[in-house]
Amino acid sequence: MVNKKTSGRELVKGIIKENPLFVLMLGTCPALAVTTSAANGVGMGIAATAVLILSNLVISLLRKVVPDRVRIPVYITVIASLVTILQFLLEAYLPELNKSLGIFIPLITVNCIILGRAEAFARNYGPWLSIMDGLGMGIGFTIALLFMGGLREILGFGTFFDMPVPWITEGGLQPMMIFGLPAGGFAIYGLMVAITNSLTRKFYKRQPLETMDRVHYPGSVSPSTDAIYEATEVYDGPRPSRTPDPSAVPEALKEPGMLVTKTKDEEDESEDAK
Amino acid sequence: MKTFLIIMLSMVLIDNLVLSRFLGICSFLGLTKSLKNAMGMSIAVIFVMLVATAVTYPIYWNILEPVNLGYLQTVVFILVIAAVVQVLEAIIRKTFPPLYEAMGIYLPLITTNCAILGVMLINIQEIYNFSNAMMSSLGAGVGYTLAMFLFTGVREKMEKADIPPFMEGLPSTLMAASIVSVSFMGFKGVIENLFG
Repeated sequence: MVNKKTSGRELVKGIIKENPLFVLMLGTCPALAVTTSAANGVGMGIAATAVLILSNLVISLLRKVVPDRVRIPVYITVIASLVTILQFLLEAYLPELNKSLGIFIPLITVNCIILGRAEAFARNYGPWLSIMDGLGMGIGFTIALLFMGGLREILGFGTFFDMPVPWITEGGLQPMMIFGLPAGGFAIYGLMVAITNSLTRKFYKRQPLETMDRVHYPGSVSPSTDAIYEATEVYDGPRPSRTPDPSAVPEALKEPGMLVTKTKDEEDESEDAK
Repeated sequence: MKTFLIIMLSMVLIDNLVLSRFLGICSFLGLTKSLKNAMGMSIAVIFVMLVATAVTYPIYWNILEPVNLGYLQTVVFILVIAAVVQVLEAIIRKTFPPLYEAMGIYLPLITTNCAILGVMLINIQEIYNFSNAMMSSLGAGVGYTLAMFLFTGVREKMEKADIPPFMEGLPSTLMAASIVSVSFMGFKGVIENLFG
């Protein structure tokens, strides 16, 4: 059977095939902000995983009690309470991590991964499967953050988990500060998404995009979710199309790879136009 | 006046909500495809940001803090924001139909936008007084708008660019965001130089 849900499958899918950060594009804000070091990334990942598993469990247990119309406020309250508990635990046992993650611990409440999984998974399936789904997604998120944090720390500061990396410090290479700054976060994230995209395109025939829409994953970004956004937009006038009108394309540009060639006449014309 | 200017400038240019603090990235990437989306979301964010600050600030300092319940801020704030968004939607639909049309569908999305909750928490953390908190919220909203508008322009240009298939879609968008973010790094020393 194709659609059979086994706990093993739910656990594994979150790690690569539906990796929340690189494939589903959920939880981008904390991912970019806290991954200045590998330790911060892993700390954030584990914190989010704990909240995700517990919220999935609670929401799955409540799924027959909560009326559909008020479910989002109920979910948000459940998640916010769990995050408050987590904040207490971190303050007591890992004060340094709590300090370096700062405002992004309370912001786990509005992390799209957690609400997204509650909407898409936990409210439809039993507690055991939901826990497995939460655990898998959490592990996927943590691994993704470890990759991003590790790369940014090695490139930006020349250390990995605060240990100097010998081939940078002793090899006479300068760490590039830009990777520790916001700009480097965007760049590394872009690269990682590109790599994951081409890997999944290679290894999985069916893309996991079909289940993704903004109803199930609030705040997610993907080609298929954009369609929903555009459909809700108030429509007036023709929508700009991405492919230019064939008659408007100059002959010189019609063949691929001919973008830069300009005939002499055209150059003269453009100068005349000025 | 000077404090106002400093708070405003630092929220708009130096600690830009999107490009340096990484709040509201989801909407930043999802809604900058057309100017119309970007404008609707930006108006909605500024509006909700100001109203939510005006509501959560007194709640925290007059109710939660005196009875030592400050740790409940996350739960209380998120519920207040959700309620404020619902009430605002109803009021605006009745009283200012043009404004409702401008930001209509973006209002419900804001509840789960981390920009709002983030700025509320920052305002509490920095121990601003009420007027400074309002100023910082306004600055954050304006900074968000600036980032949205700039990036919409960049993406419109990118529609026509010849991007290698490896980087097509989100990766190239993120690279562009990275470059826009570099340009905001240039403002780092502005405040020290202006106000010494």
